[in-house]
Amino acid sequence: MPDTKPVNAAISITSRFENIELAERVVHDLMVSAGIGEEEIAPVIRALWEGIANAIRHGNGGDPDRRVEIEATVSPALVRVTITDQGAGFDVAAVPDPTAAENLLKPSGRGIFIMRQLMDRVEFSNLSGGGTVLLLERRLGTTQEREHHEV
Amino acid sequence: MKSEVIDREDVRTIKLSGKITIGAGDVTMRELIHAAIDDGKKKILIDLGDVKAVDSSGIGELVAAYTTVAKNGGRLALVHLSPKINDILQVTQLVTVFDIFDDEASALASFS
Ligand SMILES: Nc1ncnc2c1ncn2[C@@H]1O[C@H](COP(=O)(O)OP(=O)(O)O)[C@@H](O)[C@H]1O
Ligand SMILES: [Mg+2]
Repeated sequence: MPDTKPVNAAISITSRFENIELAERVVHDLMVSAGIGEEEIAPVIRALWEGIANAIRHGNGGDPDRRVEIEATVSPALVRVTITDQGAGFDVAAVPDPTAAENLLKPSGRGIFIMRQLMDRVEFSNLSGGGTVLLLERRLGTTQEREHHEV
Repeated sequence: MKSEVIDREDVRTIKLSGKITIGAGDVTMRELIHAAIDDGKKKILIDLGDVKAVDSSGIGELVAAYTTVAKNGGRLALVHLSPKINDILQVTQLVTVFDIFDDEASALASFS
């Protein structure tokens, strides 16, 4: 029986793509410590990767002095991750659908779409003092019930 | 990402391995595709068999490779997709764009 008390971890990284792997390791190990299996960890790590890549590239504009804060909480039924950058924020509703015919051959614009396939909740909020928080959640223990394709 | 280039007759196979992700560029797809075009290759096969991970920017690189080759009057096909890569191309609806083959023999045959 996995422990029922939530566990959490936080890591702050500078805006370098190679640092994404550090955050990956923290969240991976946290989920392992909570007794979560690799097949349920994998989609979370993939969404985390996309979210941090956006925070570094679009939020912080690749400025290595700006930081990205990652916090993760894992309980037996839910994993929740927040990714906070120091950027100007954006309007997620204005992001075009990458599967629309006119966007299919574009070389970018699929990250948020992929996160939505992987996670149950993907929400952006723009902080009043600047910065964007991305909230990612995925229910755990439901792998058998999921029927949709997972990327 | 690492790469190996094999020319058979007029087909260039580019065998990729490692991660096709943001910031994982020892070699870039762009360079490989431009080199192929500079060498006069119009039939290009990308072998994804040894690719360990692909993110949205890696998918974007594949799309850019596809459009660059098509613009230059060539054809690009993909072979040896892992179930994960296949799923990501399914959900992004790119299976309708790419020519995808299970094995090298049928991919090569499609070019002749
Ligand atoms: N943290 C962020 N801060 C500011 N803008 C963002 C952020 N995350 C995403 N965006 C915006 O949303 C768009 C779509 O993101 P995404 O779907 O990941 O595609 P891509 O990263 O390939 O552009 C980005 O081009 C960017 O304009
Ligand atoms: Mg992105």
